[in-house]
Amino acid sequence: MEDFLQHVLNGLNLGAIYALIALGYTMVYGVLQLINFAHAEVYMLGAFSIYYSNKWLHLSDHPGWTSFVISILIAVMVCSLVGLTIERLAYRPLRGAPRLNVLITAIGVSLFLQFSGQAVFGADPKLFPQVLQDKDLIQFGQIQIRSFDLTIIGVSLAAMALLHFLIHHTKMGMAIRAVRHSRSSASLMGINVDLMISLVFVLGSSLAGVGAVLVGLKYPKIDPLMGMLIGLKAFVAAVLGGIGSLPGAVVGGLLMGLSEEMVVAYLSSTYRDALAFGLLIVILVFRPSGLFGKYEVEKV
Amino acid sequence: MKILRSALLWLILFSLGMAAFSQGILNPYQQLILSYIAINVILATSLNLVNGFCGQFSLGHAGFMAVGAYVSAVLSLHFKVFTGSLDFLNFPFYALAGGSVAAVAGWLVGMPSLKLRGDYLAIVTLGFGEIIRVILLNMESVGGARGLYGVPGPTNFFVGTALAFFLAGGTWLVLWRLTQSSFGRAFLSVKEDEVASECMGVNTTQTKVFAFVVSSFFAGVGGSLFAHTTNYLNPASFQFMKSVDVVIMVVLGGMGSLTGSVLAAIFVTILPEALRPLQEYTGVDLRMVIYSLSLILLMILRPQGLLGSREWNSFFPFKKRGAK
Repeated sequence: MEDFLQHVLNGLNLGAIYALIALGYTMVYGVLQLINFAHAEVYMLGAFSIYYSNKWLHLSDHPGWTSFVISILIAVMVCSLVGLTIERLAYRPLRGAPRLNVLITAIGVSLFLQFSGQAVFGADPKLFPQVLQDKDLIQFGQIQIRSFDLTIIGVSLAAMALLHFLIHHTKMGMAIRAVRHSRSSASLMGINVDLMISLVFVLGSSLAGVGAVLVGLKYPKIDPLMGMLIGLKAFVAAVLGGIGSLPGAVVGGLLMGLSEEMVVAYLSSTYRDALAFGLLIVILVFRPSGLFGKYEVEKV
Repeated sequence: MKILRSALLWLILFSLGMAAFSQGILNPYQQLILSYIAINVILATSLNLVNGFCGQFSLGHAGFMAVGAYVSAVLSLHFKVFTGSLDFLNFPFYALAGGSVAAVAGWLVGMPSLKLRGDYLAIVTLGFGEIIRVILLNMESVGGARGLYGVPGPTNFFVGTALAFFLAGGTWLVLWRLTQSSFGRAFLSVKEDEVASECMGVNTTQTKVFAFVVSSFFAGVGGSLFAHTTNYLNPASFQFMKSVDVVIMVVLGGMGSLTGSVLAAIFVTILPEALRPLQEYTGVDLRMVIYSLSLILLMILRPQGLLGSREWNSFFPFKKRGAK
């Protein structure tokens, strides 16, 4: 039982991170109907931005909340810039092109970032600077609650709450929702559609940046291909929750993290990567619109 | 029947001719490259059926290739129809078996995902490739992570090259006839507009699944050829990057042009060999950087690929029948 609770805790941790990244996928899918493969690489670049900025700022010499907040700010800034650049250079020229072409471009951008990352940063794994120290907070019998666990869950919740506020309680959020609903009518109402799409990329990429710092703290090995698998799993989480739906992405991420942790704990760790895709096929067979999605019939 | 027989005759003549040609002027290294070209031609043209002609997007060709490769390798280790000097006649049967199992896998994957819109197929096939790899890694009976050693192959280069070109030429012939038939028109109509083609009486799901199954079949054939050419299989050969390689060939050559896929397959196979000195000089693998950059630029500047949907016969106007 205590083992089980420990696994639940670990699963929630993993799930919170998946949820953060899944939000980026689901938001972009909502406005552009595009699987933004490059999102995972934005996350990777976020982690590397901390690695390199640490060489200048020496944040890991003074681990603590200040360093933590500074590194989150750096990662968010770098990721937003990268997301904005990708959208501007690769996706915007293809606005109105067939969806398949945009999808291929997304895969191209993702591969380009992965492999130029290998060429620039080197293919060998690097150690993520520890900008915050891990402490043993509470111990119930066998269950350990470490400060990182609470930090990850707390920071992700805060980021999601902020996103919720921005989307549902500001004018900008209302504009984004309008663009999501119908791009052409939003533009008739005087909304700058391109600007809103850029904003969606900025918001999604910022969450990926927050995720990068949190993952870096918990699993401090980073390499240029680190985004690929976590990105795919986050995408499956978004589909599980219903792509395009924000609460769906969060619930999907948590479910994904929990089920993965359980597979590793009670079956075999070699199957952890196959689980995500097995789950995806099952969803597509039984409920293609996901848990929270609406099934849309294509109209002429 | 008569057409089929003459096609088979031409095919055998073509493969023997290519083999004799390569035996005459190429060294063993170049002959091996030639076999790899044949494998990539099979993979690229078959993927083009789904990604180009049908307008869907599959990212798991390496998975079907792996299925074909392993089935064919295991069969060849335990089972023989012809023995002695006719041994080489076994390989087309292994290819057929590998392809058939891959086709069944394609049906299982395609059925649920092709009912939905295009981009789900990309993720499902990607996931399928990954699942196959993980299963193969955990199957001790086929070597697991150590790989499968000692897969029998053709005994000499002449037979090997002839076999490679027989399979590649056969793939091309079947796909060419298929795309020129009423099935081919149905594929194109699904690509252009699913709703409209459904109104015209095309069963879109069935058409897409059909294309996907045929494409998986030939991916399995390509995998079988790969198994018997390299004589060694490892799950790591069938990673996501392999599927991406094939996608790059299809996009580069032109989605909807078999000729383009053949040209791109030749180009993409030779390029890394040509780039080898550069790679030794710079010390980093620039191949994927170049490929990915060319994917992005192609999509922005020339989304139809090099040849678009044109085939070899559109470059010879006198051959065109019923032209506009």
